[in-house]
Amino acid sequence: MAKYNITVNGKKRQVEADSDTPLLWVLRDNLHLYGTKYGCGIAECGACTIHYNGNPMRACTMTVGSVGEAAITTIEGLSENTNHPVLQAWREHDVPQCGYCQAGQIMTAAALLAETPNPDDDEIEAAMYTNICRCGTYNKIMAAVKTAASMK
Amino acid sequence: MDNNRRNFIKITATVGGGLMLGFSWLKPSGEKGGTDLHTDFIELNGYLKIAPDGKVTIQSPNPEVGQNVKTSMPMIVAEELGVNWKDVIVEQAPLNTAVFKRQVAGGSQSIRQTWTTLRTAGATARHLLIEAAAKQWGVSPSECSASESTVRHTSGKTASYGSLATLAATLTPPEPEQVKLKDPSEFTLIGTSQINVDMEDILTGKPIFGMDQHRPGMMYSTALRPPAFGQKLKSFDDRAARAVNGVQQVFRFANDKVAVVATSTWAAIKGKKALQAIWEDDGTLESTASQNEAMRKKLDEPAAQPKRSDGDVKAAFAAAEKVIERVYEAPFLPHNPMEPGNFFAHVTADKVELSGPAQAPERFRKEVADLLKRDESTISIGLTRMGGGFGRRLRGDFVLEAAEISSIAQAPVLHVYTREDDMTAGIYRPACQYKFRAAIKGGRMTGYHLTGAGMNMDNTVRENYFPAGAIEHCLIESHNIPSKVTIGPWRAPVTNFLATAEQSFLDEVAEALGQDAVQFRLDLYERARTNPVGKFDYDVEKSVGVIKLAAEKANWGAPKAIGATGTHQGFSAYYSHNSYVAEVAELQNTGRKTVVKKVICAVDCGIVINPIAAINQAEGGVVDGIGHAMYGDFDFVDGKPQQDNFDTFRLVRMGEQPAVEVHFVKSNNDPTGLGEPTLPPAGGAVANAFYRATGQRIYVQPFVKGVKGLG
Repeated sequence: MAKYNITVNGKKRQVEADSDTPLLWVLRDNLHLYGTKYGCGIAECGACTIHYNGNPMRACTMTVGSVGEAAITTIEGLSENTNHPVLQAWREHDVPQCGYCQAGQIMTAAALLAETPNPDDDEIEAAMYTNICRCGTYNKIMAAVKTAASMK
Repeated sequence: MDNNRRNFIKITATVGGGLMLGFSWLKPSGEKGGTDLHTDFIELNGYLKIAPDGKVTIQSPNPEVGQNVKTSMPMIVAEELGVNWKDVIVEQAPLNTAVFKRQVAGGSQSIRQTWTTLRTAGATARHLLIEAAAKQWGVSPSECSASESTVRHTSGKTASYGSLATLAATLTPPEPEQVKLKDPSEFTLIGTSQINVDMEDILTGKPIFGMDQHRPGMMYSTALRPPAFGQKLKSFDDRAARAVNGVQQVFRFANDKVAVVATSTWAAIKGKKALQAIWEDDGTLESTASQNEAMRKKLDEPAAQPKRSDGDVKAAFAAAEKVIERVYEAPFLPHNPMEPGNFFAHVTADKVELSGPAQAPERFRKEVADLLKRDESTISIGLTRMGGGFGRRLRGDFVLEAAEISSIAQAPVLHVYTREDDMTAGIYRPACQYKFRAAIKGGRMTGYHLTGAGMNMDNTVRENYFPAGAIEHCLIESHNIPSKVTIGPWRAPVTNFLATAEQSFLDEVAEALGQDAVQFRLDLYERARTNPVGKFDYDVEKSVGVIKLAAEKANWGAPKAIGATGTHQGFSAYYSHNSYVAEVAELQNTGRKTVVKKVICAVDCGIVINPIAAINQAEGGVVDGIGHAMYGDFDFVDGKPQQDNFDTFRLVRMGEQPAVEVHFVKSNNDPTGLGEPTLPPAGGAVANAFYRATGQRIYVQPFVKGVKGLG
């Protein structure tokens, strides 16, 4: 075990873990930030999407030892007043069914809009293709991302 | 227990100073009830609390698996109670069979089977609040009315529910049958769209799922299971596993499994990977090829006892001018809920605390009681929001494992399946095949013969569903082929593939008869109406209603030439879970390939409680149905699953889903199922449109495997 100082949602946090521990499990088991979900463990489903210096990344295959000085943002830290346009749009469209994948969907959508404020359908599809929703909420996600883009 | 005491009311002071009204109704005196209070209950199990400030807490009894019951069931209570929805706080009830009935998420039955109970719970409370106001004012209850959390007297006097709760709780509740329920025309909440009550928790990442549970001193556990169905554990070497940081215990349990108990999830996963196990078998392991062959063989054999036999099928086929025969096949499928299997268990000397995602908690409690040899009364089960289920969590293997591991480890554990565990540990939609035969004579289908064969399937058919009842000579048979591969209900069990096969076949029959696919079906229903054959489960009017609605909304008309570029439509209709659905799929032949663009879906599920959520369910069923029909593939070599994660098992992704247009039949009938019924017709609609677009018929699931140029 080693000690790591990582920055999560704007706060410096010291965690003790083996260097190969995925950031996902450090967030969940060490820091009790449960919003970032385990879905596949191999960066295929996107349920664990977090922002790494603003870029959407998979926490399940990123080791705690590789985080370094990067600013990590999780769903808990996306929006202090929970009024991020993506969150507002998600409410408006009542997007979630079971809800399990939605934090990952939201983090991917927020990163897309930060990079591409007015994405077209193809750009939304390409960005969101990485996130599986087993309930099939894709049409709602598509509509909500467009609504969020229109709010900016 | 005093059997004469037909009604009782419990009054408990709550933390907030409010009063909790717990209502339970005993069976009518004529009913033969036992002395056990539990068995004396009839269906009313409403449960609500009213605080002085007017806040109302409504317990949501059924497990929430994404089907929206945690929002829509309390809406039903709130409607009859006459309370403002914004004043309602919803709480997920734990398993509590003394108060609630059928705490199950399955069969699309949550709303249908509790509809009257939930309404009566709300209406009875409203009745008490009116009585309390009348008493307070010294007037007759008949001069009072209640709505929007307020009781009003004809004189203009008003009193809030919050101010009346204390007095109301001292009054004797009425008999359920004496309570007048609202006429659907009086509904003000039911039929309005209300967002998911857990929305804020989902949007902010609150720990609401089973995987998110944490208790002081809790350990994490994983289990190593035989990699192939039919294998047993011979021996294992746990030295490397025990050397993993954080691994606390390693032990064999449940005969052929090895548990790893650790201080973190990652350590438990790493420890499991480090186990060296030797497996053995008797040389009779199954593979997909041999299973398919066994099913195919059975399709040509008569069943010992047909599921249905009308008229003289043999004679009808002998006299036929033409016989159409087609075979369809589908693989096993894992459920793949996004939240893998998991459960919290804390087994101590005198009690067992369980909590997590469970679609059938009452059965799980019994199974744990049997396993640990405990009295059921010492076992509690808390219900967490589920990250999907699709039937997977109707089987309690993860609960039993959690309980046994906690018992042996003597520690509270959160037992976790990895994705690979979830996909390979068993419980699948069974592989199955169907052979359909139609006898054609005089421009109509005179005989219909369906034979199904499935792996571990007690019944592969729905012998009382359409087109049975519409055809004079009808024979329906089913074969069960025993398998080592474990199966369970998967969203719309049996019909999830039976409907695809049947609706594809009927499309071919209509074509052979030179008839329009919609008119062909309508004519068959007309036969069932005017000349019904035997007994059948579906309602002709409702079946015809959704078919006409879907055709109208989709502008169903004369098809383009087969194989032409442009948009082609395919039709499908199916009755399941007491609801009626018809779908038109629109596929576009771009010249290079054919893609699924849109599905127009007509649904008759009676009264729609929460339209925005109902649309979500309908749309989800269509996307799920089409996704698995097109891509879902799962096979075995020597008993071992060949797919174990989302890199090898393809699920439908963003951009691959069709647009879905949902139309509900306006209805005042009691609500019926919605979590499943839009799934069965989806595959057939796509297959039929694909034929129009390309000239290729689809007989094999996954569709992308059997044809060229799809998607």
